[in-house]
Amino acid sequence: MNHRPPRLEGQDGLRIPAGCAISAFINKDGTRTSGDVIRKSIAVMHERSNGLGGGFAGYGIYPEYKDYFAFHVFYMSTKAKDECEDYLERNYDIINLSKIPTRKHKNITDAPLIWRYFVLPLPTKLDACQKTADEFVAHAVMYINTNIDGAYLFSSGKDMGVFKAVGFPEDVGEFYQLENYAGYAWTAHGRYPTNTPGWWGGAHPFAMLDYSVVHNGEISSYDANRRFIEMFGYDCTLQTDTEVITYIFDYLCRHEGLTLREAASVVAAPFWEVIGKTYDYRKREEWEFLRRAYSSLLITGPFSIILGYSGGLMALNDRLKLRSMVVGERGDTVYIASEECAIRAISPQLDKLWSPDGGEPVIVTINN
Amino acid sequence: MIHDYIYPEFEVARDYDKCVVCRACERQCANEAHVYKEKYDKMTCINENCVNCHRCVTICPTHALKIVRSGDTYKRNANWQNWIINELVRQAGSGAALLSSMGTPEPYPVYWDKLLINASQVTNPSIDPLREPMEVRMRLGATPGTKPQRGADGRLKTQLPPSLNLSVPIMFSAMSYGSISYNAHSSLAQAAQQLGIYYNTGEGGLHRDFEQYGGNTIVQVASGRFGVHQGYLDMGAAIEIKMGQGAKPGIGGHLPGKKIVEDISRTRMIPEGTDAISPAPHHDIYSIEDLRQLVYSLKEATRYTKPVIVKIAAVHNIAAIASGIARSGADIIAIDGFRGGTGAAPTRIRNSVGIPIELALAAVDSRLREEGIRHRVGLVAGGSIRNSADVVKAIALGADAVYIATGALLALGCHLCRSCHSGKCNWGIATQRPDLVKRLNPEIGAQRLVNLVTAWEREIKEMMGGMGINAIEALRGNRAMLRGVGLNETELNILGVKHAGA
Ligand code: SF4
Ligand code: SF4
Ligand code: SF4
Repeated sequence: MNHRPPRLEGQDGLRIPAGCAISAFINKDGTRTSGDVIRKSIAVMHERSNGLGGGFAGYGIYPEYKDYFAFHVFYMSTKAKDECEDYLERNYDIINLSKIPTRKHKNITDAPLIWRYFVLPLPTKLDACQKTADEFVAHAVMYINTNIDGAYLFSSGKDMGVFKAVGFPEDVGEFYQLENYAGYAWTAHGRYPTNTPGWWGGAHPFAMLDYSVVHNGEISSYDANRRFIEMFGYDCTLQTDTEVITYIFDYLCRHEGLTLREAASVVAAPFWEVIGKTYDYRKREEWEFLRRAYSSLLITGPFSIILGYSGGLMALNDRLKLRSMVVGERGDTVYIASEECAIRAISPQLDKLWSPDGGEPVIVTINN
Repeated sequence: MIHDYIYPEFEVARDYDKCVVCRACERQCANEAHVYKEKYDKMTCINENCVNCHRCVTICPTHALKIVRSGDTYKRNANWQNWIINELVRQAGSGAALLSSMGTPEPYPVYWDKLLINASQVTNPSIDPLREPMEVRMRLGATPGTKPQRGADGRLKTQLPPSLNLSVPIMFSAMSYGSISYNAHSSLAQAAQQLGIYYNTGEGGLHRDFEQYGGNTIVQVASGRFGVHQGYLDMGAAIEIKMGQGAKPGIGGHLPGKKIVEDISRTRMIPEGTDAISPAPHHDIYSIEDLRQLVYSLKEATRYTKPVIVKIAAVHNIAAIASGIARSGADIIAIDGFRGGTGAAPTRIRNSVGIPIELALAAVDSRLREEGIRHRVGLVAGGSIRNSADVVKAIALGADAVYIATGALLALGCHLCRSCHSGKCNWGIATQRPDLVKRLNPEIGAQRLVNLVTAWEREIKEMMGGMGINAIEALRGNRAMLRGVGLNETELNILGVKHAGA
């Protein structure tokens, strides 16, 4: 079986620029909505994708297993599957495993084996390495993706899951039967890579634990960000923006204990001039601190990202707002997308519609 | 008998049709290469005395002068080249070590010229620095590298170690008062203040008149400890411990007694007329633990309010040395490449000891990242940064900022005649002779330095805009923005860049 094209993103340091479409929504009251809705939204922006990658992340989709890490894995061969399962068995309590259900689709071809595992780290293993469960899992993701040839773990959070493939996003959604999942928040991505033949692992969202990122843009700070984050055990094997952005948020929020708003002030730091003119001295000191302490995590170049996490979504634009992004509200639901049409497609009536300022995070959480 | 006459390297060519015998060249050449022949009312010259400083060429009112390379040569030999024979003959005559100044002129590879900068096309927009904000301000210093703390109110504790605040990531590197003139120092100090950057006292202490520029001054503590006292440390914005200098790694400094005139003797706190000898090592630093002690005693002395820089020469094992320094409590490491300048250095050392700054910088930045401590220390690269493209490349390789010295002197009039050690600099820079010093007007000098750095700043912003980067931090260590041309695999690996086309 040969699913991998000759030159892959991340291999031999290959980096592929891409343009994209993103869309997301969250029900603040925690109501769970079918994945088919997000599929319809992203389908509207067909022109912004070119069929070389599409994907979704759903939150709240595994209520029956919500205390377990849900691993979604691509296998290029049965050998890779054996090797990976062997690794998982040695380190995790696997309480459920199955193939992820898919339907035959004329536009989705060359699918790898796609498996799902609900797991918890073995307590003995956790004790032995003195890590938290999150750290243990983060390490497993890195380990499997770099060391087990032909295995690619692309979703590892609790009560959430990523579904992605090479194809147009609306086809990817049908392929994965998203109508059978219901979540309180969904994000979607359609990809327009400039020249890659595309491979399944390279599609978005990119996820790490319960963080998932969809992103539209191409960041010019990439290598500065990558070389900084790699000091802390992250391995940017895919060499994509989304991968590094996910690791940055994981590092800032999980490792450094920053709030999302603080993390946003790192990656889209206010200009020095703005900091200098800020009247509130505490705000000024805080911004200056964040900008100095994490100066290498400032992201430049055009980007609009939607970060999904347990219980919320955050949307963020680059400081100059070089990429389009709109936010709409209807009742308890907040919509975010590259284009207004993607929102109107699933919610024709809106109470509110606005375009957030560059560098200004929009954070929406569910009330519980 | 063996005759040691060596035909001069340069010939002064005077166009007698143009020369009006104003004798300005005679007055201006401190090397006494121009002579007036009263009998014929004509100028003539002593080519042997000319060091090719271009002073006479630029001041001659009728542009009658040019300096040409002498055509004299021995029998052609690719191995025993002219200069090699000449130096040998001189040594056979004198029995002395050869002395030189400024950076090595030998044709070692200049890696800056083999690195090319990226620009955006289509997938990523370039940014117009005239229309959009473009940030080149750099905070230079250490960050703790530990998880941030919060107060009882949940707010972040925003304390960070002291840092330098650079409006543009360029600083004037160490040149002591003594090796260069009062007016040269004055120009640097004024320019640093006007630009919002820093200049460096070098190892000669701080002249009282320049204390007013303290906020833009880096005070150096070198092995001779000249002019170091509590007030001196308190005066500066940062303290630099000089462990080495790129032009002469492994050896100290020597300022001859004849240059220790009254003012300099007071500033250096040594008697007039005595040689100022800085030993090769610091006699209290024989290992990294000793360095740590000095770093902390300087920090204690200044109550942890100023960053401490450790300056080292780029030598073979630079990455490991820098990693040790990063753990010694230093806030900033300054690396000086082997092409860096000097007021005087033994020729053989200047020309054959040390390694290029590009490779040293790349190796250090990579090593500190491998060890996960790059953010815990600032990194400054110096040793022949010649233009704004070199600055961009240095930052993309991993530097926070650069040091310039030769470039700054060129802006002040230096023509790189490489005879600073003679003390007769015709441009009023590397001299203490009052008649020569006054040729450099410090206000004009400062203005020219401001012009230079401002021009570079503009160019840096333009290059950053082209790459779609609007903050200098996002350029730092961003090696994907560089490609090599004509470099071999090993060189590319050390620099951590891909070859052009890849
Ligand atoms: S300065 Fe020029 S014109 Fe005057 S004496 Fe010299 S060569 Fe002649
Ligand atoms: S040393 Fe300088 S001033 Fe004197 S002749 Fe040569 S170039 Fe002219
Ligand atoms: S400073 Fe003066 S002596 Fe030294 S190289 Fe420049 S012009 Fe020549």
